[in-house]
Amino acid sequence: MRLLEYQAKELFKEFGIKTPPSISSKDIEKGRKDAKELGYPFVIKVQIPVGGRGKAGGIQKCNSDDEFELKYPQLLNMSIKGEKTRAILLEKMADIEKELYLSLFLNRSKRCYTIIASSEGGIEIESVKNQTIREVGLGDVDAQTAKEVADEIGLKDSQKDQFVEMLQKLSKLTIEKEAELAEINPLAILKDGTLVALDGKIMTDDNSNFRHNELQQYQEKSELEEQAEKSGFSLVELEGNIAVIGNGAGLVMSTFDLVTDNGGKPATFLDVGGGATTESVYEALTLISKMKRVKGILVNLYGGIVKTTTVAEAFIQAYDNNLIDIPVFARLMGTKSDEAKEMLKDTKTKMFDSIEEAINGVVMETNK
Amino acid sequence: MTDIYEILRGQKNAEGNYQKKSVIVQGITGKYGSTHTKLMLEYGTNIVAGVTPGKGGQRFEDKIPIYETVKEAVEATGAEISIVFVPAKFFLGAAKDALESGIKLLVAIPEHVPIRDTMKAIELAKKKDAIMIGPNTPGVIVPGLIKVGIMPATPFSSGKVAVLSKSGTLLYEISNNLTSAGFGQNITIGIGGDPVNGTRMIDAFDMIKDDPELEAMVVVGEIGGDSEEILAQHIIDTGFKKPIVGYIAGRQAPKEKRMGHAGAIVMGNYGSAESKISMFAKANIPVAKRPGEVAVLLAGKMNS
Repeated sequence: MRLLEYQAKELFKEFGIKTPPSISSKDIEKGRKDAKELGYPFVIKVQIPVGGRGKAGGIQKCNSDDEFELKYPQLLNMSIKGEKTRAILLEKMADIEKELYLSLFLNRSKRCYTIIASSEGGIEIESVKNQTIREVGLGDVDAQTAKEVADEIGLKDSQKDQFVEMLQKLSKLTIEKEAELAEINPLAILKDGTLVALDGKIMTDDNSNFRHNELQQYQEKSELEEQAEKSGFSLVELEGNIAVIGNGAGLVMSTFDLVTDNGGKPATFLDVGGGATTESVYEALTLISKMKRVKGILVNLYGGIVKTTTVAEAFIQAYDNNLIDIPVFARLMGTKSDEAKEMLKDTKTKMFDSIEEAINGVVMETNK
Repeated sequence: MTDIYEILRGQKNAEGNYQKKSVIVQGITGKYGSTHTKLMLEYGTNIVAGVTPGKGGQRFEDKIPIYETVKEAVEATGAEISIVFVPAKFFLGAAKDALESGIKLLVAIPEHVPIRDTMKAIELAKKKDAIMIGPNTPGVIVPGLIKVGIMPATPFSSGKVAVLSKSGTLLYEISNNLTSAGFGQNITIGIGGDPVNGTRMIDAFDMIKDDPELEAMVVVGEIGGDSEEILAQHIIDTGFKKPIVGYIAGRQAPKEKRMGHAGAIVMGNYGSAESKISMFAKANIPVAKRPGEVAVLLAGKMNS
């Protein structure tokens, strides 16, 4: 899961990594109390699970009650790249001397963690040329390695000691919380010489959630996404009007690409998975029926172990129960697809032999 | 490097046939494990033993002996291949049992294995000079000979094209198209949809590239990570000359969202489809716009 800044900072604090004083809130009443407690001036930072919030105006200075009353609601109601504000963080202004970069990152192709550090921070690391990179196996960073990294980015004396300590704490956090990424950017050297984490980004491994009950409070899922997870399929919600359903992540992604290529706007990425049953597909249709913006459903199935008749049966039940009344465009291939087509021939589902034709149909329908 | 062909099919006998290698199924009595054991048997895979702790001494379908541990199963059968169906949280234990008992090819089916557990299993596999495929893989198939996986049988036919794929259903779909177009498969390997894979694209490529029967390769990638880019660079570096065609799923996927597979996520430019497609172009690998186009592009390459 992708932790928000304030959540990442809670973990930083838990592991002894210094951050500027800050308080998070989800409504203005609590925000007013926080403002009083923190005292002006401070920064208001929108908490949103996408990058680029600074450029989008999601970080604002705040010097007075009047400014607070104006800016807090603006930030609370903003959305960036389709994502809405999840919370607001008020944070004391830091007196910054210099900004650095530090992260522990799971390098998938090398199949090990890497330390990435730089004397240039506060910008996206991809655009930083001057990087120090160290491979550290399963994520454990010994003092010697940490010292070498500190030397390479030019730190000395107390700052070097603080950096070494911070990197080792970040390593402990990464291992214990099973993070794929734990990033401090910028890592600020303050005017008084202290090192603090000014911003943080943590991604944890969802597959390890079962051994991290303590992280469940940070889970940010829409109601629909949560229901989908319970039913054993994966769902990503988007702003379009075509519900894209299929089996297997790759096949659904591929369908999604073709819909978008042809001018359609997907409302869902819905993978019913390898173990789809009539019940789970019915459940998927129930979820979609609750999404009022959906104007058409596109089904792309490659029946392998899952029989396409299993899926056809779910559609028949959905029609019988008046669950769906929007047009369905389907392409069924593989196991028992002839039988499935026969089952659906007198329903409102339009069957196509190729996915390209099905997509043409659903795009015309939804762009009307 | 351990030779995957040697493990899966051995050398041809005097009649020109490959060997029927022995396979162990870990988690043979579970719902998923038992279903797929039957389907693999139907395909002709020589399953010689099952492993389910607590059920040692029983038999699967009155035939296949079940053991408490892989060690016992290996001692009794000499098998070098094991396919694992246990729930994700028990995967690491099952993998250790297999790798420490001399298994040389471990096919890891479970989805949702924590990355840390996968990384530990990979370390052990390296130490034991064994191959692990997966986790979250449909498995591996040498059509007509041996199926160690959960893929349906119908899309595949014996031939000379290798298919490497992160996705299961796209592997079936594209293999089916290849079969219809007359391109049978020499081997197909499911890399898996997880961020960290026991057998990476580049490993799979190295395992199969020198097979004299291989005529062409299809690489089915998707967004997330950089294994496609690294493979493309490796193809350039090794000067591999046989035709290769690619497909990349997720061109239109939103950034920073996991698209079904744990590994299918774009962070910044890391893992983006554009990055993969442009590296494929550098390696002279045409990339199909849709799955149906793969066989068409391959036919073009084969005839040029």
